Amino acid sequence: MDEIKKDLQNPSKATHQDYFGRTITYICIAFVGLLVISILYFITTRGIATFTANHVSLWKFLSGTNWNPGLLDKHGNPQIGALPMIVTSFSVTILAAVVATPFALGVALFMTEIAPEKGTKILQPVIELLVGIPSVVYGFIGLSVIVPLIRHTFGGTGFGILAGTLVLFVMVLPTITSLSVDSIKAVPMFYRSASLALGATRWQTIYKVVLRAATPGILTAVIFGMSRAFGEALAVQMVIGNAVLMPHGLLTPSSTLTSQLTTGIGNTTMGTLPNNALWSLALILLLMSLVFNILVRFIGKKGSLKK
Amino acid sequence: MQNYSFDDTHIIDIPLEKAMTTENLQVFYGDNHAMHDASLEFPRYRIAALIGASGSGKSTYLRCLNRMNDRIATVKGKIMYRDTDINSKNINVYEVRKHISMVFQRPNPFAKSIRENITFALKRNGIKDKNELNKRVEESLKAAALWDEVKDELDKSALALSGGQAQRLCIARCVAMKPDILLLDEPASALDPISTAKIEETLQQLRKNYSIIIVTHNMQQASRIADYTAFFHMGHVLEYDETEKLFTNPEIKATEDYISGNFG
Repeated sequence: MDEIKKDLQNPSKATHQDYFGRTITYICIAFVGLLVISILYFITTRGIATFTANHVSLWKFLSGTNWNPGLLDKHGNPQIGALPMIVTSFSVTILAAVVATPFALGVALFMTEIAPEKGTKILQPVIELLVGIPSVVYGFIGLSVIVPLIRHTFGGTGFGILAGTLVLFVMVLPTITSLSVDSIKAVPMFYRSASLALGATRWQTIYKVVLRAATPGILTAVIFGMSRAFGEALAVQMVIGNAVLMPHGLLTPSSTLTSQLTTGIGNTTMGTLPNNALWSLALILLLMSLVFNILVRFIGKKGSLKK
Repeated sequence: MQNYSFDDTHIIDIPLEKAMTTENLQVFYGDNHAMHDASLEFPRYRIAALIGASGSGKSTYLRCLNRMNDRIATVKGKIMYRDTDINSKNINVYEVRKHISMVFQRPNPFAKSIRENITFALKRNGIKDKNELNKRVEESLKAAALWDEVKDELDKSALALSGGQAQRLCIARCVAMKPDILLLDEPASALDPISTAKIEETLQQLRKNYSIIIVTHNMQQASRIADYTAFFHMGHVLEYDETEKLFTNPEIKATEDYISGNFG
């Protein structure tokens, strides 16, 4: 009797383990937090140096169309207009998402609603394989297959937004598919039963009930795909053409934020304007991924409110 | 719903050895005051039932008793167990839960074999001896009236059990730890009448060695198995008495209305 009373008031092995485990998680979180903060700090300070140290106006940076950071124009101003890259980045991202989403949804519906068994046995591994292929391989295939194909079909060099879109399409397809599969699987079975029991057809059930319930999840999937496309550097760099020009169509060579970063970063010296300008591009990328994250959060919240 | 006065209460003192008591127990979910001043006494080796409508606070109250509300709500007041206030800060909650076990509404066996479901907690508490473990498995399954049904398939997955069997396994899992007090949160509400009868039979058996506090929606169940019954209404305990007295001759109007179905 007394022993139990004593046990109640004294720490035991379990409580020590608890403290120990908690301490480890705190240490890990502190480390990761520090890492994130220093990355943010580094990119931000470097990124705004273009505007603070080199006195380039933010508006000119965002709206200018000439990119030649090493040289001055005839009025003596540095030529760092990032608009062509911003436009190209957004174009390839949005186009890739627009093209990939219907396919991804089709595959996801096949895997979950139409043939779940085959879906998990055959398609799941295929999708996982697609995720695992390194981006340089995608870029290489794009360079040796897609670019020549476009060149023969439409003329021109073959490099450009269209080639970038097609490569990114394959790259974001598995992301959007697997996240959509998750969200469709999360729709409770009784929704389907309820709809079928009311006389709805399978297609009506899928379209009007399952997809409606899964919409927030699917939108999240698309945005995740977009953020992957937006941040992809290597594969895009290999097929986009890398000419910092305002794109006049889907077929003219251009350059995205990321491809310009990878192209330029090796050829500049830390602390100079050309280098700072690249950091400003990185800052735009960072801010955009922040925007994508906020969008995902927002959609998640909106979706859960409906319940 | 009719307004009943919360000042009108009838709560008896029980002249028996106490398993646990609560004094002015209050629960807050943020600003929401979910439980007001619940002071009840639970005698040893008896079954006490907590009844009341949904949202009356009976589950909230029960979950306080082994500190399951720790990260969910703020609990004020005293919970006395073995002359110790187990609601104070320096209490080792893991020890509390060893001695005060809980069975939940939905049967929640682990995705392990039947045997491992029972030995899980025992092993965590340092019982390594195979014979002792086997003995405890058999004892606890017998205590929960499940032994005859599963003795040949102890190594099969517990997830294959029926709802009633799974719930009795959950009871066995608690009993194997040889606790003092069993808390049951509507243990039979998801079960069919036959499984329910078996659970009730099990509880009657366990009553010899354990103090039991059970939350139930089923008033017949309370009147069948409980020695004492407390009636909860909107976060207040309005009446606590011997079960027979409470069901045949309640002192409080709200209780009378509730048990006769004239509530609201």
